[in-house]
Amino acid sequence: MTGRLSTLAAAFVIARRDFTAILFSRSFFFFLLGPLFPIMVGGLAGGIGKEVQSNAARPELGIAMSAADSQALLAARQRLEPQLGAAIPMLVVVRNVGPGESFDAAAAMQDKRVNLAAVVTGTLQRPQLAGPEERIADWRGPVAVLAGEAQRTGATDYPTVDLAPLKLATTADEARSRMVTAQLGQTVLFLLTMLLAGMVLSNLVEEKGNKIIEVLAAAIPMDAVFLGKLFAMLAVSFVGISVWAGAGSAVWLAAGGSLGQYPAPAVGWPLFFALGTAYFAMGYLLLGSLFLAIGSMASTVREVQTLSMPVTMLQLLNFFFASWAMARPGSAVELAAMIVPFSSPFAMLARAAQSDALLPHVLALGWQVICVAVFVRVGATLFRRWVMKSGPARSDGKGPWSRLWSKVFTRRAVR
Amino acid sequence: MASNAGWQTARPLAIEARGLVKRFDGFTAVDGVDISVPEGAIYGILGPNGAGKTTTLRMLLGIIDPDEGVRRVLGHDRPHEISHAIGYLPEERGLYPAMKAYEAIAFLGALRGLPLAEGRKRGRAMLEEHGLGYATERQIRQLSKGMAQQVQLLGTLVHEPKLVVFDEPFSGLDALNQGKLEKMIRALAAKGTTVIFSTHVIAHAERLCDEVAIIAGGKVPFAGPVDVARDRIRPQVRLETRAGDGPWRAALPADARHEGDYWLFSLPETGIEPLLRALIEGEAGILSLSIERAGLHDAFVAIAGEAAARALEEGNGEEAR
Repeated sequence: MTGRLSTLAAAFVIARRDFTAILFSRSFFFFLLGPLFPIMVGGLAGGIGKEVQSNAARPELGIAMSAADSQALLAARQRLEPQLGAAIPMLVVVRNVGPGESFDAAAAMQDKRVNLAAVVTGTLQRPQLAGPEERIADWRGPVAVLAGEAQRTGATDYPTVDLAPLKLATTADEARSRMVTAQLGQTVLFLLTMLLAGMVLSNLVEEKGNKIIEVLAAAIPMDAVFLGKLFAMLAVSFVGISVWAGAGSAVWLAAGGSLGQYPAPAVGWPLFFALGTAYFAMGYLLLGSLFLAIGSMASTVREVQTLSMPVTMLQLLNFFFASWAMARPGSAVELAAMIVPFSSPFAMLARAAQSDALLPHVLALGWQVICVAVFVRVGATLFRRWVMKSGPARSDGKGPWSRLWSKVFTRRAVR
Repeated sequence: MASNAGWQTARPLAIEARGLVKRFDGFTAVDGVDISVPEGAIYGILGPNGAGKTTTLRMLLGIIDPDEGVRRVLGHDRPHEISHAIGYLPEERGLYPAMKAYEAIAFLGALRGLPLAEGRKRGRAMLEEHGLGYATERQIRQLSKGMAQQVQLLGTLVHEPKLVVFDEPFSGLDALNQGKLEKMIRALAAKGTTVIFSTHVIAHAERLCDEVAIIAGGKVPFAGPVDVARDRIRPQVRLETRAGDGPWRAALPADARHEGDYWLFSLPETGIEPLLRALIEGEAGILSLSIERAGLHDAFVAIAGEAAARALEEGNGEEAR
């Protein structure tokens, strides 16, 4: 005979089985490759977008003036470009207009063969700009400068301006920088929890499908089963994050990246990373315990898939709440975000970037541990009460979600 | 409630349950069950499908809590506190398909507190011992249903429990493996392990059990030694006479019926001697007379009723099909 297992030891038995089963499965390789796809898609979309944006941001203005004026304008643009760069528009000679000859600017702009945003006509002394009414005023200044420069006979000698950069951050700059770090930290934390915590939704489907749940429920408390599953998925997540972070850091460092180029968080980078890890674990366990409880009520994979949409929305809502609170440091909203269990890890990580006080983190982590314990206990109790039943009441083969849905649907139909 | 001999037994009890009630959405699946299982006994829970056997076992094991009543398993009110001393084979078998056979056994042992390394060692040895050595490194998904069932059975016993609970252990096994399982159950009891199993096959209970609980419609009309159950109905007398009729006929009890060459009736409360005397004096010409003790099936019919017996037989028929 053997000795009695504590809840934690029993959870470890479950966690070890789940962890090795996932880690040594073929699908884990694809799990590791997972983030590559959004990065690739993001990179491609970003590149295309950048090109589109640069094309759209550098408008071409057509010139329909006398040949001399057109050449003078082009020469003036060439002289000004080193000083003003992208601030002056591109110029294209559409037609050299003879004296008394008229030009249809609207028709030129609608010509599909060219890409004109506006057309400059008239003379250098009195240029006329024709173009869409909502944007035409923006080019008035640049065209005036170009026309003025074009009228000069000699080259203008622009003085060289010496730069004297100061390594100086004002209080406002520091606050703004830390806000950026906070936002970045929150976003990374959110992406990781969203990517990984959703996986626990379907975590008990295997056990229910294989009828192993009966063996587990007879041997160890359901709390231990839930905890074990959460720990296993957390450990799998850490393996994934380590691989992704390792690969990402290598690429980043190879590209000459350095933490020094980013605004340092209030608690310093080492502690910020440590707290980030702790808050990821807590955020994962908090959301995971909720998702595990919700998912455990599902009888089939289809039900789990149906549940994933509202669950993702819930995560987004949570993230928006924490982000909203971050912009209001010291307010009641921030305090609420720190206390509400699901937003607490996000809000606290943002706080770590903005404030160097450590006591709130100790309290928050303690509070989050208590909440995880409560959620696991409630989830396990609900599972035992709703799912771990046998007998005629379950002969319809439906889970609680199906029955709830049937009930609502039937009532509506009766009305 | 019928007599429940266990409460008065001198042997310490492995399981005591009083007034267990379980309802599901208004349906009472188990209605006031009392069970007492002496330590070291082979105890059968006998009843047709849907009688409440599995629900009773699940309550005893702490998988679900009763709505009413109390239970004590190996001296503990909360079965999980003593789960390391219990082995359980559920009716719906289940193992992780990707696990190797010896790992599955070790995992089931680990759930009951057996160190994994020891479980692996014992798992390999048990598979060898039971003629499944060739399957040691095979994944569960590569085994036949019957073999996987045997692996789970070994996993149920790997931590050497004091109490073993089998839910319908014979279902799904062929005759050869049923025989092996019966042998295994006897061996466990011989070592002092308490074995409790549910079944809807009377023959298994009759061959194996020291005590049974007969369960029908969520109630237990009888719980106690098999002999006591059989003694609930009077032994049957089978009489063959030379004379077809005569004054001796008046000596036969009112329930006597003629089947073929024989008269069949329950043994009179006065015993066999007065009847024999009357038959001889009435010149019946006795060719043969035998007194047969009632079987558990007859006892089941008498205790649980014809309807429950029919349900039990239908269940057996379904399984045979």
